Amino acid sequence: MEYIIIIIAAIFVNNIVLNQFLGVCPFLGVSKKISTAVGMTGAVTFVMVIATMVTYLIQVYILNPLGLQFLQTIFFILVIASLVQLVEIILKKVSPSLYQALGVFLPLITTNCAILGVAILTYQKEFNLMQGVVFAIANAIGFGLALVLFAGLREHLDLMNIPKGLKGTPIALIVAGILAMAFMGFSGLV
Amino acid sequence: MNQLQNFTKGFIKENPVFVLLLGMCPTLGVTSSAINGLGMGLATTFVLLMSNVVISTIKNVIPSKVKIPSFIVVIASLVTVVELVMQAYLPELYKSLGLFIPLIVVNCIVLGRAEAFASKNTIFSSAVDGLGMGLGFAFALTLLGAARELLGSGKIFDLTIFPEDYGMLLFVLAPGAFIVLGYLIALITRLNKA
Amino acid sequence: MAQKESTFLSMTLTLFLVTFVAATILGFIYDLTKADIALAKQQAQKEAIESVLPAFDTLGDSYKMQAEDSADSLEFFPAYDANQQLIGVAVKTFTKNGFSGLISIMAGFSPDGTITGFEVLEHKETPGLGAKMNAWFKDETKPGQNIIGKSPGTSNFEVSKDGGDVDAITASTITSRAFLEAVVRAYKTYQNAKEQPVAISKQTNEGGQS
Repeated sequence: MEYIIIIIAAIFVNNIVLNQFLGVCPFLGVSKKISTAVGMTGAVTFVMVIATMVTYLIQVYILNPLGLQFLQTIFFILVIASLVQLVEIILKKVSPSLYQALGVFLPLITTNCAILGVAILTYQKEFNLMQGVVFAIANAIGFGLALVLFAGLREHLDLMNIPKGLKGTPIALIVAGILAMAFMGFSGLV
Repeated sequence: MNQLQNFTKGFIKENPVFVLLLGMCPTLGVTSSAINGLGMGLATTFVLLMSNVVISTIKNVIPSKVKIPSFIVVIASLVTVVELVMQAYLPELYKSLGLFIPLIVVNCIVLGRAEAFASKNTIFSSAVDGLGMGLGFAFALTLLGAARELLGSGKIFDLTIFPEDYGMLLFVLAPGAFIVLGYLIALITRLNKA
Repeated sequence: MAQKESTFLSMTLTLFLVTFVAATILGFIYDLTKADIALAKQQAQKEAIESVLPAFDTLGDSYKMQAEDSADSLEFFPAYDANQQLIGVAVKTFTKNGFSGLISIMAGFSPDGTITGFEVLEHKETPGLGAKMNAWFKDETKPGQNIIGKSPGTSNFEVSKDGGDVDAITASTITSRAFLEAVVRAYKTYQNAKEQPVAISKQTNEGGQS
């Protein structure tokens, strides 16, 4: 039950992109086509879950016992940056097909604030490891849901007759706003 | 390019938010009021200025393959400094900006300027670039925050312009961030063309 | 531009040096700000206590009491006047039933259980709606919504929609319910803490939780 609440809260109520404003850069950047949106979601899910686990263990077993909580930011970002590299190298060796699907998105992920954000939030919300993993997966799904929905809308937007001044980014942002409004309907659900 | 141009380019011509579309997360996340936008903008300006200075100082002794990791360490340390100082002396602002302070680390503007400008230019022009870009970012965030605060609650910097009851709540909430930013970008693009 | 060659040694050495310098500087700044951070936190708590209680002379030792309806405990800050007489107690209370989860409140009670003030410490309620609670429930011009000077023992601390005596914030019934729940929780725990029979306890409304 507790896990279900975490999942619903992360996907719908506090959607990471539309409500928490994390990962907005890739949300705007790679949402022009549904296929790239799906690829990005895959890569984010992969890294987010691993990064949350690793940073959680570092926080609990290294930083907390040593009283070094103030080094959290620097540790987490280094872990995430190295992790992305590591995942890239391992994926290349172990599963070339998966690498082909996700490879181009991996370098973009280091500066995706959703990853660092979820890692820090997991610690701030005082989740345990299992809850943290569920939280990470749910947030990745929430990210994917927002991204794919938005990409679908933008594909249609290309065929529309949009006022000249609003073409490109402005109309994309306004559409994102309307999508965020739709997601507000979920608030108060849990 | 002279230093004055170098300084002013961040405001309109190459504004990190309105034109380069960098650093969207804090831009949207903290601008529910003008003061929050300004605080976040100034915190980022500090990190940007210092990281540009430090990186252009050490650029020649860093082997190219470990350039990015070293830059990240420098930036992350500066962010931690901001975090600690804010916690000690500006606890209210720290509380309202919350998660977005540590997230300055992954703000693409900071690493972007380090990589694109500071690692190729002198210390002085890097400092000017960092300050200009940072203030441009702060300007954008304050403008967005002020617009949302005015439309949403009839205030700017907590000064009442019209009664709060006439405010459109939507603009203070999440969707308003996207919508106001969309219109501001359209406006700035139009101004840049003219 | 002369850049150093990337040998294994130079890379390791540079990274080590950069991290080492960064860590040293950070450790230094951490030490420098540590006391001020603690002070700022203390100050914020003290200000909250002062704003919810009438003027007092000294603060007694704070203590924790488990809330009767929850596994979490509430923190109590007793305040005394110059003659060591109890003036009131500030209680740091909470509810998890806000529209967006946790709401944390500092509530002040006089020794007989009357509310002397409150301050919302933390919340994630909707700006412009539920977020108004900090002003709404102490508006002295509107007796229907003002809770200061009342006691959960003598009036029914539920929103009027549920048959209680307090007017809910317009369009924010859930926030209002949660807010009152937190105040009632503080009150009940405080009454238990006194460990003495309270004459009015029979009238205490048991349906205060939503």
